Parts: sequence; structure tokens; C-alpha cells
Amino acid sequence: MANYTEDQLAQDLKNQEYKFGFTTDIKSDKAPKGLTEDIIKLISSKKQEPEWLLQNRLKAFKIWKSMENPNWAHVKFTEPKFQDISYYAAPKQSKKYESWEDVEPEMKETMKKLGISLEEQKRITGTNVAVDFVMDSVSVATSFQSKLKELGIIFCSFSEAVKEHPNLVKRYMGSVVPPSDNFYAALNSAVFTDGSFCYIPKGVKCPMELSTYFRINEGETGQFERTLVIADEDSYVSYLEGCTAPQRDENQLHAAVVELIAMENAEIKYSTVQNWYPGDKNGLGGIFNFVTKRGLCEKNSKISWTQVETGSAVTWKYPSCILKGDNSIGEFYSVAVTNNFQQADTGTKMIHLGKNTKSTIISKGISAGKSNNSYRGLVQIHKNAKNARNFSQCDSLLMSDECGAHTFPYIECKNKNAKIEHEATTSKIGEDQIFYCLQRGITEEKAISLIVNGYCKEILNKLPMEFAVEAQKLLTISLEGSVG
Amino acid sequence: MIEIKNLHAKIEGKEILKGLSLNVNKGEIHAIMGPNGSGKSTFASILAGKEEYDVTNGSIVFCGEDLLELSTEERAWAGLFLAFQYPIEIPGVSNINFLKTAINEKREKNGHEPITAKDYMNLVREKSKLVELNAKLTSRSVNEGFSGGEKKRNEIFQMAMLNPKLSILDETDSGLDIDALRIVANGVNKLKNENNATIVITHYQRLLDYIVPDFVHVLMDGRIVKSGDKDLALKLEKNGYDWIKKENDI
Ligand SMILES: Nc1ncnc2c1ncn2[C@@H]1O[C@H](COP(=O)(O)OP(=O)(O)OP(=O)(O)O)[C@@H](O)[C@H]1O
Ligand SMILES: [Mg+2]
Repeated sequence: MANYTEDQLAQDLKNQEYKFGFTTDIKSDKAPKGLTEDIIKLISSKKQEPEWLLQNRLKAFKIWKSMENPNWAHVKFTEPKFQDISYYAAPKQSKKYESWEDVEPEMKETMKKLGISLEEQKRITGTNVAVDFVMDSVSVATSFQSKLKELGIIFCSFSEAVKEHPNLVKRYMGSVVPPSDNFYAALNSAVFTDGSFCYIPKGVKCPMELSTYFRINEGETGQFERTLVIADEDSYVSYLEGCTAPQRDENQLHAAVVELIAMENAEIKYSTVQNWYPGDKNGLGGIFNFVTKRGLCEKNSKISWTQVETGSAVTWKYPSCILKGDNSIGEFYSVAVTNNFQQADTGTKMIHLGKNTKSTIISKGISAGKSNNSYRGLVQIHKNAKNARNFSQCDSLLMSDECGAHTFPYIECKNKNAKIEHEATTSKIGEDQIFYCLQRGITEEKAISLIVNGYCKEILNKLPMEFAVEAQKLLTISLEGSVG
Repeated sequence: MIEIKNLHAKIEGKEILKGLSLNVNKGEIHAIMGPNGSGKSTFASILAGKEEYDVTNGSIVFCGEDLLELSTEERAWAGLFLAFQYPIEIPGVSNINFLKTAINEKREKNGHEPITAKDYMNLVREKSKLVELNAKLTSRSVNEGFSGGEKKRNEIFQMAMLNPKLSILDETDSGLDIDALRIVANGVNKLKNENNATIVITHYQRLLDYIVPDFVHVLMDGRIVKSGDKDLALKLEKNGYDWIKKENDI
């Protein structure tokens, strides 16, 4: 795989500007700005939701009103004006597409620019990637449904799941991330508009990567996506989430909630490439990305989070695992890149409750420009977690003299049999390395891209192939012109 | 091939090269010897285009071009290669991808298509045989975890892959065991032809038994203070550098 990816780098990418900075002109149906009970009722009724869901939303809204915006993260930003956001937008023609041919040309164009058109996916990768395309808040294109259906796999938009599988949604939604968990989780629980839902039945190994591409398309539209993945006993699923956003000046808020449930012997691989608009060279604009992601592991199950984060003006994100069942495994592999004025405070929480639980954390931070990149990780070993093991490795790579890298590891251990290892390194990209490349006839931009991708290889190797390629490109784009 | 005239260079205010002149023609092998700290590696780095050094005087013409006007990568594209005294490690980047990138960058500059995977793999096979480089090393990260000798051998492998006009080997022999020395020297000899040239920097005349130089130069006090044929190397081996110092009032 590595061969393929570095090769790719040698070819593409000359453009320094944000590659995906464009807006699609599709008429949209938008709620008035602001957040009140009435707006929540409007969202709920527009989506023809059952009463219990409306009540959940209103409860979450009450909780949210009583909470404060958290300020413990190592980031500085102006608090979003929550009353200035429109909480619902749906493309005017929100009918379901019967087939690929039915999708509007504009939509296809957008997907093409993103490099994710279905044709292309099928052609280039030759792999089966089921895409649930989320444009703004309503899913507009879904594929591979029939094949998944045969296996009893449910992969659909969240709204559809509410209609078609209310019992599953009702039972599991909020079971891993309750509304009271944090400020943004509460907000999301009150106003989420759509997202993805996935259920893998007992004993089924999902034969294809399930992939959802998120995209903010509407100015001043808050994005509150909700994802729920349930892997029933003995099942397996690899889930991909990727996103890009159009360039614009005012800050946009993105506060998603992702919940994963791995039942006995199940395995969930959740991969993310995050490339929201990071703001321009002067720190103007960009997405605020405040995400709550958490997975629950039952006995002998495994959850792996892999993420490549290159975008957003401010990122605040800690994909976590609750290792409840004995012998369960949690993994977190992360590359976070910040450039210019970007700020990222990311990491993970590994909560060891069961016996013989194991967790691995590998975090690679890359900071360039005047950016700030922090790793924040919690390893918590509870009293009954006999023989729990954790290995953490946090590496930071500095590309300039003005950027910052910070590591905040927290360890709470209540069991004497537990074994916890932590390693951390900080290095600066070597002038000697660059000179060596230059001497061989490799230009500086390419040299940096090679060195950085080499540095992240361990993480990139965890990604499915087609994502790894995309991720390498993003690393290159986001670091272009960053050494000097 | 290369014509260096009265080269003066400084680093951090300290003058290291003080009027170095040297002429190398196509098809020739030149050896440069000299005491530790006399400026041999500095000279090699300046030829390669390391920016930290200030060239304060003198000129370098390489294949008809003003070398000092070219950037480091342009010099590489023009056919200049430096085998580093201390090769650099690049973790996570495999040797073969590193070299493929290097080859394709040059091809792109010359308006050629990237090399095909098949041609490339054939090239790798052919050239790794030349320096008897273990196939495993070609796919490992550039120099990472290589032994001292393996790193040196890898430099010659890279040289073979990039097919330069002028190669500067900075103490490629130090750290090599006797067999490796012979293998590396054989590699260099096989790569030699009437259109390229080699500058070998070394402390040991032993290497020159294998790579027979047309000229041997002594670099001391920032200049070439003595030149001769390979007998000069034998004489240095026997008598050291003191007599040359005396001759030159250093
Ligand atoms: N970056 C630098 N800063 C300060 N002094 C330097 C620097 N680079 C080289 N020098 C000095 O320049 C002189 C020449 O160094 P150089 O490495 O060229 O010697 P050399 O002839 O290659 O020695 P050796 O045989 O030990 O490899 C030395 O005195 C060295 O300390
Ligand atoms: Mg030296």
C-alpha cells in the first residue's frame, strides 16, 4: 500500500488553495435563525418524528440551557452565536433518488470535485464502498442497499432509521453519549437533523466498507450530525467517515455525536478523514469542529478509531472507548495536522472497566505555521479491571518555530495489576533530511510530503486503501508551503 | 566536467575554504585526502549546494553552467551526486519510493513521463545487484536502522540508480569491512565510464588500491596544497601530513 500512496503524492497536487472550496447552488429550505423550543418542534415536525424523539430533544435542550461552553481545552476562539445559527436546512428537492441517473448534475458535480462520485469510487477502487451521501442535513443518495439488505445489514440515514427501525434507535441512541455528557452533546441531542445509522446483525461480517461523506453546504447552517453504529454479537464492520467543506468567511459550527456499540465478540473499525475548511492563511473563517465520539465494548469485542485530521479552525475531539466487557480491546490511531492559525485539541479516553481489557493509543501530531496542536488523553483503569493493559505513544512533529505542540496525558489507575506504558517524543523536521532529499533531486514540497507521510505511516496503514490515498493527499495539501 | 577556481567559503564567520582550485575532466577519478577538519566535507557540501555556507569568492563551472547559480535540486538534476559521510535516516519512507520520487522529479523537469513500474523494478534489481545490496534493504525505510556499512552501501546504490555525471564520495570507505569495501569499490568502478567523473574523499590509501585515481590531491588549510598521482597517497600513508605542512608553511 505504501508504494501506491507515495506514488500518488509524486503526481497530483499543485494547488495551494483549499482544494474543495466551492459551494453548490441548490435551493434550500431553511429554518429561521435561533434556537427555541419552537424551533426544535419545527425540526421534529418537518422530519415527521415520533413524540418520544421530540420529548428527548426538548429534554436535551433543557440540559443544554443549564450548561456552560467548556473552556478546559487548549484552544482559544470566540464562542459561536448560538442564536445566529439556522438549525435546519433541507435541499428543496428532498425526494429520494431511485437511481444514480436521477441525481441532479450539480450534485454530481459537487461529488466529482470531492473526488467521491460513485462511478469513480467503483472504477478506481474496484472495491465496494456503500456511500450514504449527506448533503447538508438530509441524505440524498444511497446505494448498495439491496446487497446490504440481503445480509440484514441496515445502513441508512438517521431519519430513515427513526421511521423504519424505531426500536433500535430508541434503545441505543444516547446510551453511550447521553445528552448530559457535555455541552455540545446536549446541543446535538436537541437539534440534530440527520446522520447515519448502521446495524450489523449477529454473526454477519459486513463485506464492504460502509462510507459516509459529510459536507457542509449551506452558509450559516449549523451541522449537527448523529451517527449510531450497532454491531451485534460476532459481527464485523468497517465504517468510513470523511468530510470536506466549502470555503467561506464566517465560522461554522459542527457538533456531531457518534455512538458505537460493539456487542460480544463484535468488531468495529471506524475511520475518519476530517478536512473541514480550516480558515485562510490569516486565521479568518474555518469550521469549529466539536465532536463527541464514543464506543461501548462488550465482552471480547473490539473498537478501533483511526483518524486523520487536517481541517477545521478549531477541533475538539476525543474518540473514546468504554471497555466494559472482559477481554475487550480499544484502539485509537490518530494523525492531527495543524497549520497557519488552526487549533486542535484531540485525543482519546480509554475507560477500562472489565478484566483483561487492552487499549492502544498512537497519536501523531504535526504542527506548522502559528498553529497549536494538543494531545489530551485519559487512561482510566477501574477497580475491577484486573490485568488491564494500556500502551500510549504520543509523537509531535514541529514544522516551524512559531507553532506549538502540547501533550496532556491523564492516568487514573485503581487496580494494582494494571500495566500502563506511555511514550512521548517531540521532534523538529530535520533540515538535514530536507537537504538529503534536495540533493537527490527531490523538491522541498515533495520532501516535506515524503517525510511527513513517512512519519504518519503507522497510522495511514490502518486506513482502508482508498482512504489512505485521500489522507496522504490531504496531509500534503495542508502542509504545503509550511517550512521556512 | 567541473572547474573550481579560487573558492572561498565561510560558515558562522569562520573561513573554511581559502582559495581552493580544482579541475576534473570527464572520465577521471580524483582522490582528495587531508587531515580531519581540513574542509573536505565542507567542500563537498558546497558543491551540493548547502545553504549554510557562504561562498565569498571564486567560481564553479559545472558542465558549462555556473553551479553557484543553481539550487540544490537543480544541481542534482544537472547530474551532481553526493554520497554523504553521514547518510540521513528518513523513517517511514522506503528506499525504493524515495528513489522513485527522485527519478520522477527529474523526469518531470525534463518533460518526461514518470518511469513505469516495470522499468523501475528492473532498474532496482539491476542496480542492487551491482552493489550486492540485500533486497530487504531496498524496501526498508531510508537508512533507518541500517548499520554503518549498510548506509554507505546504500549511498552507492542510490548513486547507481540516479546515474550522475559527477559523484562525490565523502568517506564512503570508512566503516566498511574488507569485503564491503571491495564490493563498493567494484560498484564504483562498474559505474565509471568516459562520460562521468568521480571525486573520492578518503583517509585511507587502501581504497585507492580498488578505485585507482588519476589524481590525488591534498586538501589542507582550505586549499589544495599538493597534487600528484596515486603514489602520493602511498607516501601520505607512510609519512603522514607533517612534511606537507612544512613544505607549505602551515
Ligand atoms: N556548521 C558548522 N559550523 C561551524 N563550523 C563548522 C561547520 N561545519 C564545518 N565546520 C568546521 O569546518 C571545518 C572543516 O570541517 P569538515 O567537516 O569540512 O572537515 P573534514 O575535512 O571533512 O574532516 P573529517 O576528515 O573529520 O571528515 C572544521 O573545523 C569544522 O568544525
Ligand atoms: Mg568529512
